[in-house]
Amino acid sequence: MGASAAALFIAVFLACAVEAVEATTIVLAAGTARDWRSAGVGTAAALAALAVIVAVLGPAVSEIPLRGLRVTVGALLLVFGLQWLRKAILRASGHKARHDEEKLYAEHMAEAAAHATGAQQSRQFPLVRDWYGFTLAFKGVLLEGLEVVFIVLTFGANAKNVGLATLAAGCAVVLVAATGFAVRAPLARVPENTMKFVVGIMLSSFGVFWGGEGAGANWPGKDAALLVIIPAIALFGAGLTALLRRTGEAPPGGEIAVPAAAGLARSEGLG
Amino acid sequence: MSKLRAFGAFWYDFVIGDDWLLAVGVVIGLAGTYGLNQAGITAWWLLPVLLVISLPLSLQRAVSVPLLPRRRRGRRTPPASPHIPPAN
Repeated sequence: MGASAAALFIAVFLACAVEAVEATTIVLAAGTARDWRSAGVGTAAALAALAVIVAVLGPAVSEIPLRGLRVTVGALLLVFGLQWLRKAILRASGHKARHDEEKLYAEHMAEAAAHATGAQQSRQFPLVRDWYGFTLAFKGVLLEGLEVVFIVLTFGANAKNVGLATLAAGCAVVLVAATGFAVRAPLARVPENTMKFVVGIMLSSFGVFWGGEGAGANWPGKDAALLVIIPAIALFGAGLTALLRRTGEAPPGGEIAVPAAAGLARSEGLG
Repeated sequence: MSKLRAFGAFWYDFVIGDDWLLAVGVVIGLAGTYGLNQAGITAWWLLPVLLVISLPLSLQRAVSVPLLPRRRRGRRTPPASPHIPPAN
């Protein structure tokens, strides 16, 4: 492999690894906090949609208005993420019961079972138990997958070696996905509300980043801006939790949702 | 009609969730970012700023206590009771 080919491989590998990490984070978040099967089906559906788009459009795929897609996905992620973060903060600070969602979910399921259309819907889509988790995974993988395709096409076409660019992208995606799969089990041991807090932070951060980018903002440092946005939102959420805990009741059970990385956690909630 | 209402309620719950204020904040943030960018003004800071404003406001709406402790007023000494001369 010549020097220019090696440079192409490394550049495409790193660029695609960044995109793959973003997609894997969203899928892990959707799977861990919602439902693994639905997140998996969402991922598979996004990959299938991506394959169809690439097969139908071919090189014309680079004409897809990525900006519009970014702003839509970013807006939804930001709204979802802020709602999750809000609930996690309220729970961690003792202003909301910890397990009210299960109760609400059971109530909704009972309502849906009684409703004819709900029953038809679950018969039609038995694989998807949670559309929220499906949608999160689908949108994240589709958007990032399109970005991977753009990277391969632009880098590969410029270097007149689309095959090598495709190989580099494939290696990056497989490596990142395998790492994500490996950390799946340890993630499942994290307390529920802590996980929801972290997921809220991740979704809000990606939402701010993609939504802003789609609306025309140029982030300082490009993708590296996420390395500032994520800890900043985590610290802000931790600060709000501490503030609310001071003004509210003591949290039941002593499980605290604030992650240790924020420096404001109490250790008993993180085991 | 009830099916239509249930359909609308499902999507409202799915997208907007518990507090519409956050969704409105996101829409304002994205529209503002687009507007600033069109005007040639650096706009990346707007969404984070709106997040910093809207999340505490939304939390404040959800809890019964003020998010920031109110400034305590110093306890006033009760005014001296007026001297009432004993009735004769």
